[in-house]
Amino acid sequence: MKIRAQVAMVLNLDKCIGCHTCSVTCKNVWTSRDGVEYAWFNNVETKPGIGYPKEWENQKKWKGGWQRNAAGKLEPKQGGKLRILANLFANPNLPSIDDYYEPFTFDYEHLQNAPLMQTPPTARPVSVITGKKMDKIEWGPNWEDDLGGEFAARSKDALFEGVQKEMYSTFESTFMMYLPRLCEHCLNPACVASCPSGSIYKRDDDGIVLVDQDKCRGWRMCVSGCPYKKIYFNWQSGKAEKCTFCYPRIEAGQPTVCSETCVGRIRYLGVMLYDAERIESAASVASEQDLYEEQLKVFLDPHDPQVIAEARRQGIPDTWLESAAASPVYKMACEWKVAFPLHPEFRTLPMVWYIPPLSPIQGAAEAGHMGMTGMIPDVKSLRIPVKYLANLLTAGDEKPVVSALERMLAMRAYKRAEVVHGQKDSAVLAQVGLDAATIEDMYQTMAIANYEDRFVIPSSHKEMVEDSFNEKGSCGFTFGNGCSGGTSEGSLFGKKPQGSVIYVDMPKSRKASQQ
Amino acid sequence: MSALDHFLFGIYPYIALAIFFFGSLARFEREQYSWKTDSSQMLYAGQLRIGNILFHIGILGLFFGHFVGLLTPVAVWDALGVSHGFKQMVAVVMGGIFGISALIGMVILLVRRLGNPRIRAVTKAADKLVSLWILLTLLLGLSTIFISVEHTDGHLMLVLMTWAQHIVTLRSGTAELMAEVPLLFKAHLFMGMTLFVIFPFTRLVHVWSGFGALTYITRAWQLVRTR
Repeated sequence: MKIRAQVAMVLNLDKCIGCHTCSVTCKNVWTSRDGVEYAWFNNVETKPGIGYPKEWENQKKWKGGWQRNAAGKLEPKQGGKLRILANLFANPNLPSIDDYYEPFTFDYEHLQNAPLMQTPPTARPVSVITGKKMDKIEWGPNWEDDLGGEFAARSKDALFEGVQKEMYSTFESTFMMYLPRLCEHCLNPACVASCPSGSIYKRDDDGIVLVDQDKCRGWRMCVSGCPYKKIYFNWQSGKAEKCTFCYPRIEAGQPTVCSETCVGRIRYLGVMLYDAERIESAASVASEQDLYEEQLKVFLDPHDPQVIAEARRQGIPDTWLESAAASPVYKMACEWKVAFPLHPEFRTLPMVWYIPPLSPIQGAAEAGHMGMTGMIPDVKSLRIPVKYLANLLTAGDEKPVVSALERMLAMRAYKRAEVVHGQKDSAVLAQVGLDAATIEDMYQTMAIANYEDRFVIPSSHKEMVEDSFNEKGSCGFTFGNGCSGGTSEGSLFGKKPQGSVIYVDMPKSRKASQQ
Repeated sequence: MSALDHFLFGIYPYIALAIFFFGSLARFEREQYSWKTDSSQMLYAGQLRIGNILFHIGILGLFFGHFVGLLTPVAVWDALGVSHGFKQMVAVVMGGIFGISALIGMVILLVRRLGNPRIRAVTKAADKLVSLWILLTLLLGLSTIFISVEHTDGHLMLVLMTWAQHIVTLRSGTAELMAEVPLLFKAHLFMGMTLFVIFPFTRLVHVWSGFGALTYITRAWQLVRTR
């Protein structure tokens, strides 16, 4: 048994209001730079929809993630090592920038400089890549926000597989939900496996997957390898960039920026202990629908004295073991079984999990429009088809999703009976197999969601791996050889000068007209 | 023998090799963040597949052809029973095929790079220099075929092999060897050697990484780093 720890995340989709605060704060911190204007390490999609980049979930098109070959071994869906090397010259599965969107700004200057004219001046869009005016903005990072666009376009959504989607095309029976997405920091990452330079790696101590910017050569195989399309090619620097899980914050015991700023308080961070030796067999199980259960078996019980003793022996600090025992992620994923991995069928064993959303039902249920199962509304009669959620979270297996939704409904029914009617409704508990204490804990964690219940993050133990005295007066976080930047412009080897530049330089023609 | 010949074929090869090796080393050591392929595929995929594959197959073929053809000692070929005339014919045919492949590829890539507004916007002066330099070197190399087919005895090829082997084994008299070589070959040689000079300062450094990427074949799928 090789025990490793990872700071994992759970997102409670039931509470996501689609405000994009996570995306905006993330962008301000991490991707407000040249070459990654188009990249959103965190983005929020409205489902149903094809998402960002277009149709990212459709692996028949993009060939992301892993596949199990005839011998029962895993290899990246885009091909084995020789195939990947052969495709270095031209990657057949690479999304183009138009699959994301052409980054744009607006010619605001024109609003001030325009001569007197009959009609009010407009700020036309300007491409950030070419610096030229764009006739029309064709696509953006949240083009389908709140079901923007027609049903025919968004019904290409891969999650409609096995769903009679025409039923949901009419206004009366339409449904929607939000899906905030970030790097999954997988246990079996396909990006790491796809990188010919070996520049992407998973950190041993906290499980964060990072791109070594110095070692990356821009072969761009990770972009196509990642089934979530969460590695971005910086078209200015020529390097791959991705969500860093805000590792400087995590190391200091703070939540990621997206989690910290989430106004809906939907995000949870906690330590998960897992057995690294079980990863390969779990990821290569034959049936896709078994992957969720198999991943659960990779996780270790942080309350088990044997696990604790072995983890201690292998050098995992006590503060991490204590955090693991109090981890909200462990509770939701393993104890209450209300959180699920995103697309387990990609076989990457993702570590950002999701609690499925209940559709708005309370009014309908009280008016008698909904079927009831015992004391709680029948989840099958929710607006969002269960099959749709199962395609998202359990490779199409509806049972675990139904059970989670029922538990969440039971929590509501029980607390409602208790708070409104002053009764302990034990019939509800019996129906979903939970006791009153568990319901109370679920209620505290998921409904009240206090800061200290959502984020249980131990700070990293740097004193165990480095002499911090040597770090005194050293460089901060910079790209490349930042320390020798000095005052020179650029470098002999064609590197751009250090410093903050917002977007690419203005075209020479416009610059001249300014002077 | 002119002083220019003496410099270009006796001294310049060592300057070029020194800049090539130490320049690469310095860049790898000090500025690895700038070390990359600088792919433009994401901005515009059109014509890339055909152009890039033709170019790289061609240029790799030419590289290994030159490497093996020039640096394998003559004694080895003689021992293998390969006649000089036959070896030259193979060199002309293979060089012609790979050369034309690389030429077509390079032209497609140049048209794409200069024709597409997005790629033009990210194209640096060094990128244009590299493309044009390789194009010129290719054209000069291909035009030497016309001289070679007039002398099928392999003598000229032997002279060039001897020159190259003298250079890498640090022997004297290299420039004298080149006295009888036609101007076209000399121009091709100068362009080729200078390619090594500009190598460390341009995107060409990705060639090192391309060969380095072969270690991927034996690597484990997953990488976990301890701090």
